[in-house]
Amino acid sequence: MAKIESNQVAKNSPFKAWLTNHARTLISSLGAMTRQPASSFMTTAVIAIALALPSGLFVLLNNASHISVGWDNSAQISIFLKTSVSEKDAQKLMGKFRLYEDIESVSMINKDQALNEFKKISGFGSALEALGGNPLPHVITIQPVVDSTRPDKIRHLLKQLNKQKEVKLAQLDLQWVQRLFAMLEIAQRGIWVIASLLGVAVLLVVGNTIRLDIQNRREEIEVTKLIGGTDAFIRRPFLYTGLWYGISGGVLAWVLTVLSISLLDGAVEHLASLYNSGFQLQGLSGSEAFSLIGFSCLLGLFGSWIAVGRHLSEIEPS
Amino acid sequence: MIRFDNVCKRYPGGHEALNNVSFHLPRGEMAYLTGHSGAGKSTLLKLIALIERPSRGNLVLDGVNLGSVRNHKIPYIRRNIGIIFQNHHLLYDRTVFDNVALPLIIAGYQHREIGKRVRASLDQVGLLNKEKAAPITLSGGEQQRVGIARAIVHKPGLLLADEPTGNLDPELSREIMELFARFNQVGVSVLIASHDLDLIKQMGNPVVSLSQGQLVHNGLEQTAHG
Repeated sequence: MAKIESNQVAKNSPFKAWLTNHARTLISSLGAMTRQPASSFMTTAVIAIALALPSGLFVLLNNASHISVGWDNSAQISIFLKTSVSEKDAQKLMGKFRLYEDIESVSMINKDQALNEFKKISGFGSALEALGGNPLPHVITIQPVVDSTRPDKIRHLLKQLNKQKEVKLAQLDLQWVQRLFAMLEIAQRGIWVIASLLGVAVLLVVGNTIRLDIQNRREEIEVTKLIGGTDAFIRRPFLYTGLWYGISGGVLAWVLTVLSISLLDGAVEHLASLYNSGFQLQGLSGSEAFSLIGFSCLLGLFGSWIAVGRHLSEIEPS
Repeated sequence: MIRFDNVCKRYPGGHEALNNVSFHLPRGEMAYLTGHSGAGKSTLLKLIALIERPSRGNLVLDGVNLGSVRNHKIPYIRRNIGIIFQNHHLLYDRTVFDNVALPLIIAGYQHREIGKRVRASLDQVGLLNKEKAAPITLSGGEQQRVGIARAIVHKPGLLLADEPTGNLDPELSREIMELFARFNQVGVSVLIASHDLDLIKQMGNPVVSLSQGQLVHNGLEQTAHG
């Protein structure tokens, strides 16, 4: 049995053999795909379109919340102080508000200033002079920090402000902010539903492609089993094929998203300019593109895993 | 090398393919397995290659009782067997070289070593100049020799052949059988199922005959005890 011993020497160590096998399969499965460019491309394109749709919607939603951040500037809280509060106390109160975490900026409309302005604008100057005193209170205006994920924060802040003894009334046009957030949330959930459905579609597409591949290579699988190929060895090329579909589908989905966004970009810029806004469409960020491709890889791998698990064990040499 | 001990194989449905078969093929021996079609030759080979499991009795290969081998161990046992089929079972989407290299790739050989061994193996079957050819372009006898090259490339301790000359003319058949005899001379155990009785007689190796699943002649008996 000296023969068997010499066999062992020429063999790689188990780990190196395993690694070599993986590298070999990684390349050869890609090679097998490129040998059938038309069908590989079609599968890739189906995956890409299925993924580009939710990622495009995601980009649009992201931009919508960017616009709404612009609108949030008008989500201003006006605090009408009691008329008895002096300017000094009002300044003190402003200092206190500045320390609040939920408050971005604070400014005050002095009651004399307000009266002058009112006189000028309204034209009731003489009538106001007849009043003798200044009937207006000091007003503090606050820019709250807007956290689109926590709309209740603003309401909480408002409650707190109203509790201050110097404050007569703090008010905010809360309703439209809440409505906007509610709408954005519905859109977000809608995108998740669409994304999950299309994710399942990608799984099925990859699974079906791999299933056909397994059927086409039935002979090869039988021979490999007879020669002593382990299940892992036989499984590997199919899993790598799934992974390649995932990668190529993900990259193509990213390209499609970028292309569609750039198609919209000109029109959006024109619209924004009509509103005197410098708003620009934001595409997918680097990390978002990375997660899109990574997610696609996982789907490809998982889809082929399902197909391999279901169909490979059915093939035994006979 | 191979020991059958009262082995029975009954297929689902009640067909009894092998009935109380006992024989022993010593290490380094070459023997022929004969019988009419349906006598159980293929079943016997399938039991050795672990494609089927015995229903009863003990089957020991190289010290391992095949009845109790777990499924995930099967590939490693098969790696010490070279199997040759009547219909070659070549993969037609790759070259002769790649077909022969398959057992080495499975076993994880180094790249350089694979090239060396595949060429040595093709040289032994006289097909060194065909390594880049597609199997489909080869004649039946050449395809069979590619199959043999694949079966011996990883230097297994045992060669099993199921009707290796089934589709070949007498001259080619003889060449193939002599090829097996040459492997046997370097220590490989060989078991060949064949119904080519004339050729078998010429070769002069022990013969085991099956008829309707039963052992009717055991030419290995003298060798086993002698």
